[in-house]
Amino acid sequence: MGILSNRFQDNVFFTSSDAIINWSRKSSLWPQTFGIACCAIEMISAGCARYDLDRFGVVFRPSPRQSDVMIVAGTVTRKMAPIVRRLYDQMAEPRYVIAMGTCAISGGVYNTYAVVQGVDHVIPVDIHVAGCPPRPEALLHGFVQLQEKITGTKVLRRQDSADAAVGTI
Amino acid sequence: MLRNGLPLAPVLLPFGQRVSIDNSATDMPCLLVPPADLVDLCTQLRDDVSLRFDFLSDICGVDLHPKTPRFMLVYHLFSLPHKWRLRIKCHLTDPPIVPTVTQVWTTANWHEREAYDLYGITFDGHPDPRRIYMWEGYEGYPMRRDFPLRGYKDDYNPMGAERPAKEGGR
Repeated sequence: MGILSNRFQDNVFFTSSDAIINWSRKSSLWPQTFGIACCAIEMISAGCARYDLDRFGVVFRPSPRQSDVMIVAGTVTRKMAPIVRRLYDQMAEPRYVIAMGTCAISGGVYNTYAVVQGVDHVIPVDIHVAGCPPRPEALLHGFVQLQEKITGTKVLRRQDSADAAVGTI
Repeated sequence: MLRNGLPLAPVLLPFGQRVSIDNSATDMPCLLVPPADLVDLCTQLRDDVSLRFDFLSDICGVDLHPKTPRFMLVYHLFSLPHKWRLRIKCHLTDPPIVPTVTQVWTTANWHEREAYDLYGITFDGHPDPRRIYMWEGYEGYPMRRDFPLRGYKDDYNPMGAERPAKEGGR
Protein backbone atom coordinates (compact mmCIF):
# COMPACT_ATOMS: atom_id res chain seq x y z
CA MET A 1 0.00 0.00 0.00
CA GLY A 2 3.05 2.21 0.19
CA ILE A 3 2.29 5.86 0.86
CA LEU A 4 -1.32 5.14 1.89
CA SER A 5 -0.64 2.75 4.75
CA ASN A 6 -1.32 3.94 8.31
CA ARG A 7 -1.81 7.56 7.26
CA PHE A 8 -5.49 7.95 8.11
CA GLN A 9 -7.61 7.86 11.21
CA ASP A 10 -10.83 5.82 11.45
CA ASN A 11 -12.71 7.34 8.57
CA VAL A 12 -16.12 7.28 6.95
CA PHE A 13 -16.35 6.91 3.18
CA PHE A 14 -19.02 8.97 1.56
CA THR A 15 -20.56 7.58 -1.60
CA SER A 16 -23.95 7.36 -3.22
CA SER A 17 -26.19 4.43 -2.37
CA ASP A 18 -26.35 3.32 -5.99
CA ALA A 19 -22.59 3.38 -6.28
CA ILE A 20 -22.09 1.10 -3.27
CA ILE A 21 -24.93 -1.22 -4.31
CA ASN A 22 -23.63 -1.51 -7.85
CA TRP A 23 -20.09 -1.96 -6.60
CA SER A 24 -21.10 -4.81 -4.34
CA ARG A 25 -23.17 -6.42 -7.07
CA LYS A 26 -20.50 -6.27 -9.70
CA SER A 27 -17.77 -7.43 -7.36
CA SER A 28 -19.36 -10.73 -6.49
CA LEU A 29 -20.92 -12.08 -9.66
CA TRP A 30 -21.53 -15.69 -8.80
CA PRO A 31 -22.39 -17.84 -11.82
CA GLN A 32 -24.16 -21.15 -11.73
CA THR A 33 -22.11 -24.28 -12.11
CA PHE A 34 -23.96 -25.11 -15.27
CA GLY A 35 -22.69 -25.96 -18.73
CA ILE A 36 -24.49 -27.47 -21.68
CA ALA A 37 -21.89 -28.25 -24.35
CA CYS A 38 -18.28 -27.69 -25.45
CA CYS A 39 -18.28 -24.00 -24.45
CA ALA A 40 -18.54 -25.24 -20.87
CA ILE A 41 -15.01 -26.62 -21.22
CA GLU A 42 -13.74 -23.13 -21.95
CA MET A 43 -15.84 -21.83 -19.06
CA ILE A 44 -14.23 -24.40 -16.75
CA SER A 45 -10.84 -23.39 -18.07
CA ALA A 46 -11.65 -19.76 -17.34
CA GLY A 47 -12.51 -20.71 -13.79
CA CYS A 48 -9.36 -22.72 -13.15
CA ALA A 49 -5.89 -21.60 -12.15
CA ARG A 50 -4.59 -20.36 -15.49
CA TYR A 51 -7.30 -17.75 -16.13
CA ASP A 52 -8.69 -17.62 -12.60
CA LEU A 53 -12.11 -15.98 -12.69
CA ASP A 54 -11.90 -15.72 -8.88
CA ARG A 55 -9.85 -12.56 -9.35
CA PHE A 56 -13.05 -10.80 -10.40
CA GLY A 57 -15.07 -12.18 -7.53
CA VAL A 58 -16.59 -14.70 -9.90
CA VAL A 59 -17.10 -17.89 -7.91
CA PHE A 60 -19.15 -20.77 -9.27
CA ARG A 61 -22.11 -21.74 -7.10
CA PRO A 62 -23.85 -25.10 -7.25
CA SER A 63 -27.35 -23.70 -6.75
CA PRO A 64 -29.42 -21.22 -8.77
CA ARG A 65 -30.66 -19.81 -5.45
CA GLN A 66 -27.17 -18.60 -4.64
CA SER A 67 -26.15 -17.37 -8.06
CA ASP A 68 -26.38 -14.03 -9.81
CA VAL A 69 -25.25 -14.97 -13.31
CA MET A 70 -26.23 -17.74 -15.65
CA ILE A 71 -23.63 -18.53 -18.28
CA VAL A 72 -25.43 -20.34 -21.07
CA ALA A 73 -22.36 -22.19 -22.32
CA GLY A 74 -23.39 -24.30 -25.27
CA THR A 75 -26.08 -25.47 -27.65
CA VAL A 76 -29.56 -25.13 -26.16
CA THR A 77 -31.65 -27.95 -27.51
CA ARG A 78 -35.42 -27.78 -27.57
CA LYS A 79 -35.53 -30.48 -24.94
CA MET A 80 -33.16 -28.50 -22.71
CA ALA A 81 -34.94 -25.15 -23.10
CA PRO A 82 -37.57 -25.66 -20.35
CA ILE A 83 -34.81 -26.71 -17.93
CA VAL A 84 -32.75 -23.60 -18.74
CA ARG A 85 -35.86 -21.51 -18.20
CA ARG A 86 -36.55 -23.16 -14.86
CA LEU A 87 -32.98 -22.57 -13.67
CA TYR A 88 -33.32 -18.93 -14.65
CA ASP A 89 -36.64 -18.62 -12.83
CA GLN A 90 -35.10 -20.10 -9.68
CA MET A 91 -32.43 -17.41 -9.49
CA ALA A 92 -32.99 -14.48 -7.14
CA GLU A 93 -32.93 -10.98 -8.58
CA PRO A 94 -30.82 -9.17 -9.61
CA ARG A 95 -29.86 -11.81 -12.14
CA TYR A 96 -27.87 -11.63 -15.31
CA VAL A 97 -27.40 -13.91 -18.29
CA ILE A 98 -24.30 -14.33 -20.43
CA ALA A 99 -24.88 -16.15 -23.71
CA MET A 100 -21.54 -17.79 -24.35
CA GLY A 101 -20.70 -18.95 -27.86
CA THR A 102 -22.40 -18.87 -31.21
CA CYS A 103 -24.85 -21.67 -30.38
CA ALA A 104 -26.27 -19.88 -27.37
CA ILE A 105 -26.39 -16.59 -29.27
CA SER A 106 -28.07 -17.77 -32.48
CA GLY A 107 -28.14 -21.55 -32.69
CA GLY A 108 -24.87 -21.45 -34.63
CA VAL A 109 -24.39 -24.13 -37.25
CA TYR A 110 -27.22 -26.13 -35.72
CA ASN A 111 -30.03 -24.64 -37.73
CA THR A 112 -32.14 -27.75 -37.21
CA TYR A 113 -35.40 -28.99 -35.77
CA ALA A 114 -33.85 -29.80 -32.40
CA VAL A 115 -31.99 -26.60 -31.47
CA VAL A 116 -33.31 -23.30 -30.10
CA GLN A 117 -32.19 -20.56 -32.50
CA GLY A 118 -30.70 -18.34 -29.81
CA VAL A 119 -31.24 -18.62 -26.06
CA ASP A 120 -32.87 -15.17 -26.07
CA HIS A 121 -35.99 -17.00 -27.25
CA VAL A 122 -36.09 -18.58 -23.79
CA ILE A 123 -34.52 -16.09 -21.34
CA PRO A 124 -33.41 -12.44 -21.54
CA VAL A 125 -29.68 -12.11 -22.31
CA ASP A 126 -27.43 -9.32 -20.99
CA ILE A 127 -24.09 -10.12 -22.60
CA HIS A 128 -23.28 -12.01 -25.78
CA VAL A 129 -19.79 -13.54 -25.94
CA ALA A 130 -19.03 -14.48 -29.53
CA GLY A 131 -16.82 -17.36 -30.59
CA CYS A 132 -17.00 -21.04 -31.35
CA PRO A 133 -16.05 -21.64 -28.64
CA PRO A 134 -14.95 -18.29 -27.17
CA ARG A 135 -11.54 -18.39 -25.52
CA PRO A 136 -11.44 -17.94 -21.74
CA GLU A 137 -10.19 -14.38 -22.28
CA ALA A 138 -13.37 -13.66 -24.22
CA LEU A 139 -15.46 -14.90 -21.31
CA LEU A 140 -13.41 -12.72 -18.95
CA HIS A 141 -14.13 -9.82 -21.27
CA GLY A 142 -17.81 -10.71 -21.09
CA PHE A 143 -17.69 -10.49 -17.31
CA VAL A 144 -15.92 -7.13 -17.45
CA GLN A 145 -18.60 -5.90 -19.86
CA LEU A 146 -21.27 -7.11 -17.46
CA GLN A 147 -19.55 -5.29 -14.61
CA GLU A 148 -19.56 -2.12 -16.67
CA LYS A 149 -23.24 -2.60 -17.40
CA ILE A 150 -23.99 -3.01 -13.69
CA THR A 151 -21.95 0.09 -12.83
CA GLY A 152 -24.40 2.29 -14.71
CA THR A 153 -27.51 0.72 -13.20
CA LYS A 154 -29.91 2.98 -11.31
CA VAL A 155 -31.02 1.06 -8.25
CA LEU A 156 -32.45 3.63 -5.84
CA ARG A 157 -32.33 6.59 -8.19
CA ARG A 158 -35.26 7.24 -10.50
CA GLN A 159 -34.91 5.62 -13.90
CA ASP A 160 -36.12 8.73 -15.69
CA SER A 161 -33.75 11.67 -15.13
CA ALA A 162 -36.46 14.20 -16.09
CA ASP A 163 -38.62 12.93 -13.23
CA ALA A 164 -35.74 13.20 -10.83
CA ALA A 165 -35.18 16.83 -11.78
CA VAL A 166 -38.68 17.83 -10.70
CA GLY A 167 -38.75 15.40 -7.77
CA THR A 168 -38.86 16.10 -4.07
CA ILE A 169 -35.14 15.74 -3.50
CA MET B 1 -21.79 -71.92 -45.59
CA LEU B 2 -20.93 -68.32 -46.32
CA ARG B 3 -17.53 -66.94 -47.02
CA ASN B 4 -15.84 -66.13 -43.69
CA GLY B 5 -16.89 -69.68 -42.81
CA LEU B 6 -19.94 -68.85 -40.70
CA PRO B 7 -22.00 -72.04 -40.29
CA LEU B 8 -25.30 -70.33 -41.03
CA ALA B 9 -26.83 -73.03 -43.25
CA PRO B 10 -28.39 -75.18 -40.48
CA VAL B 11 -30.07 -72.12 -38.98
CA LEU B 12 -31.33 -70.77 -42.30
CA LEU B 13 -32.65 -74.12 -43.58
CA PRO B 14 -36.05 -74.01 -41.78
CA PHE B 15 -36.78 -70.58 -43.22
CA GLY B 16 -36.41 -71.82 -46.80
CA GLN B 17 -36.67 -69.08 -49.42
CA ARG B 18 -37.94 -66.48 -46.97
CA VAL B 19 -34.49 -65.66 -45.60
CA SER B 20 -31.90 -64.85 -48.23
CA ILE B 21 -28.27 -63.81 -48.24
CA ASP B 22 -27.45 -60.30 -49.40
CA ASN B 23 -24.26 -60.59 -51.44
CA SER B 24 -23.95 -56.83 -51.90
CA ALA B 25 -22.41 -56.58 -48.43
CA THR B 26 -18.65 -56.97 -48.53
CA ASP B 27 -17.63 -56.30 -44.94
CA MET B 28 -19.66 -58.96 -43.16
CA PRO B 29 -22.30 -61.58 -43.95
CA CYS B 30 -25.71 -60.08 -44.47
CA LEU B 31 -29.17 -61.67 -44.32
CA LEU B 32 -32.48 -60.37 -45.69
CA VAL B 33 -35.49 -61.37 -43.63
CA PRO B 34 -39.20 -60.45 -43.71
CA PRO B 35 -40.63 -58.95 -40.50
CA ALA B 36 -42.69 -62.06 -39.77
CA ASP B 37 -39.60 -64.26 -39.45
CA LEU B 38 -37.40 -61.72 -37.67
CA VAL B 39 -37.89 -62.85 -34.07
CA ASP B 40 -37.54 -66.55 -34.92
CA LEU B 41 -34.36 -65.93 -36.89
CA CYS B 42 -32.86 -63.74 -34.16
CA THR B 43 -33.65 -66.32 -31.48
CA GLN B 44 -32.03 -69.06 -33.56
CA LEU B 45 -28.93 -66.96 -34.23
CA ARG B 46 -28.55 -66.24 -30.53
CA ASP B 47 -29.19 -69.78 -29.27
CA ASP B 48 -27.49 -71.94 -31.91
CA VAL B 49 -24.39 -73.36 -30.19
CA SER B 50 -22.20 -73.01 -33.27
CA LEU B 51 -23.13 -69.34 -33.76
CA ARG B 52 -24.05 -67.70 -30.43
CA PHE B 53 -24.80 -64.19 -31.64
CA ASP B 54 -25.34 -63.06 -28.07
CA PHE B 55 -24.65 -59.34 -28.54
CA LEU B 56 -26.81 -56.86 -30.43
CA SER B 57 -24.48 -54.03 -31.48
CA ASP B 58 -26.98 -51.73 -33.08
CA ILE B 59 -30.34 -51.25 -34.75
CA CYS B 60 -30.45 -48.68 -37.55
CA GLY B 61 -33.52 -47.33 -39.22
CA VAL B 62 -33.38 -46.42 -42.92
CA ASP B 63 -35.87 -44.35 -44.89
CA LEU B 64 -35.63 -45.17 -48.60
CA HIS B 65 -38.28 -42.63 -49.63
CA PRO B 66 -39.59 -42.44 -52.36
CA LYS B 67 -38.72 -46.09 -53.07
CA THR B 68 -40.94 -48.90 -51.93
CA PRO B 69 -40.83 -50.68 -49.57
CA ARG B 70 -40.03 -47.40 -47.90
CA PHE B 71 -38.38 -48.41 -44.62
CA MET B 72 -35.64 -50.79 -43.60
CA LEU B 73 -34.22 -51.89 -40.28
CA VAL B 74 -30.59 -53.00 -40.06
CA TYR B 75 -29.50 -55.13 -37.12
CA HIS B 76 -25.83 -55.64 -36.39
CA LEU B 77 -25.01 -58.70 -34.33
CA PHE B 78 -21.80 -59.79 -32.70
CA SER B 79 -20.86 -63.21 -31.42
CA LEU B 80 -18.73 -62.72 -28.34
CA PRO B 81 -17.48 -66.37 -28.16
CA HIS B 82 -16.55 -66.55 -31.88
CA LYS B 83 -15.77 -62.87 -32.63
CA TRP B 84 -18.10 -62.95 -35.63
CA ARG B 85 -20.24 -60.17 -36.97
CA LEU B 86 -23.51 -60.48 -38.84
CA ARG B 87 -25.93 -57.99 -40.40
CA ILE B 88 -29.67 -58.52 -40.76
CA LYS B 89 -31.77 -56.33 -43.03
CA CYS B 90 -35.53 -56.19 -42.77
CA HIS B 91 -37.64 -54.25 -45.29
CA LEU B 92 -40.84 -52.64 -44.01
CA THR B 93 -43.78 -51.17 -45.86
CA ASP B 94 -45.49 -47.92 -44.90
CA PRO B 95 -46.80 -47.67 -42.15
CA PRO B 96 -43.84 -49.61 -40.74
CA ILE B 97 -44.64 -52.20 -38.08
CA VAL B 98 -42.22 -54.86 -36.92
CA PRO B 99 -42.17 -57.25 -33.93
CA THR B 100 -39.83 -56.26 -31.12
CA VAL B 101 -36.67 -58.23 -30.37
CA THR B 102 -36.41 -57.03 -26.78
CA GLN B 103 -37.11 -60.54 -25.54
CA VAL B 104 -34.12 -61.78 -27.54
CA TRP B 105 -31.67 -59.04 -26.62
CA THR B 106 -32.65 -56.70 -23.78
CA THR B 107 -30.49 -53.94 -25.21
CA ALA B 108 -32.89 -53.68 -28.16
CA ASN B 109 -35.17 -51.67 -25.87
CA TRP B 110 -33.42 -48.32 -26.33
CA HIS B 111 -32.35 -49.00 -29.93
CA GLU B 112 -35.96 -49.62 -30.89
CA ARG B 113 -37.12 -46.53 -29.05
CA GLU B 114 -34.58 -44.56 -31.10
CA ALA B 115 -35.86 -46.02 -34.37
CA TYR B 116 -39.41 -45.24 -33.28
CA ASP B 117 -38.48 -41.71 -32.24
CA LEU B 118 -36.68 -40.72 -35.44
CA TYR B 119 -38.37 -42.87 -38.12
CA GLY B 120 -41.77 -43.65 -36.66
CA ILE B 121 -41.25 -47.40 -36.91
CA THR B 122 -43.69 -49.14 -34.57
CA PHE B 123 -42.27 -52.07 -32.60
CA ASP B 124 -45.07 -54.45 -31.80
CA GLY B 125 -44.85 -55.73 -28.23
CA HIS B 126 -42.22 -53.25 -27.06
CA PRO B 127 -42.38 -52.93 -23.24
CA ASP B 128 -41.81 -49.14 -23.17
CA PRO B 129 -42.69 -47.55 -26.53
CA ARG B 130 -41.86 -43.93 -25.67
CA ARG B 131 -39.71 -41.47 -27.54
CA ILE B 132 -36.09 -41.40 -26.40
CA TYR B 133 -34.44 -38.26 -27.89
CA MET B 134 -37.23 -35.87 -28.70
CA TRP B 135 -39.33 -34.40 -25.95
CA GLU B 136 -42.67 -35.67 -24.80
CA GLY B 137 -45.50 -34.47 -27.00
CA TYR B 138 -43.29 -33.97 -30.04
CA GLU B 139 -45.03 -34.58 -33.33
CA GLY B 140 -43.31 -35.98 -36.40
CA TYR B 141 -40.30 -38.17 -37.11
CA PRO B 142 -37.24 -36.00 -37.83
CA MET B 143 -35.05 -38.48 -39.70
CA ARG B 144 -37.64 -39.24 -42.37
CA ARG B 145 -36.69 -37.98 -45.79
CA ASP B 146 -39.81 -35.85 -46.12
CA PHE B 147 -39.18 -34.06 -42.80
CA PRO B 148 -37.69 -30.55 -43.31
CA LEU B 149 -34.11 -30.26 -42.05
CA ARG B 150 -34.89 -27.16 -40.03
CA GLY B 151 -38.12 -28.55 -38.62
CA TYR B 152 -41.35 -26.63 -38.58
CA LYS B 153 -41.70 -22.97 -37.71
CA ASP B 154 -42.60 -22.00 -34.15
CA ASP B 155 -41.52 -19.59 -31.38
CA TYR B 156 -38.12 -21.19 -30.83
CA ASN B 157 -37.48 -21.86 -34.50
CA PRO B 158 -38.34 -18.84 -36.64
CA MET B 159 -36.37 -20.22 -39.61
CA GLY B 160 -38.28 -23.49 -39.82
CA ALA B 161 -40.48 -24.62 -42.69
CA GLU B 162 -44.17 -23.84 -42.81
CA ARG B 163 -46.37 -26.69 -41.68
CA PRO B 164 -48.38 -28.38 -44.40
CA ALA B 165 -51.88 -26.96 -43.97
CA LYS B 166 -54.06 -29.94 -44.77
CA GLU B 167 -52.37 -32.42 -42.44
CA GLY B 168 -52.82 -30.06 -39.51
CA GLY B 169 -50.43 -32.12 -37.39
CA ARG B 170 -46.74 -32.52 -37.98
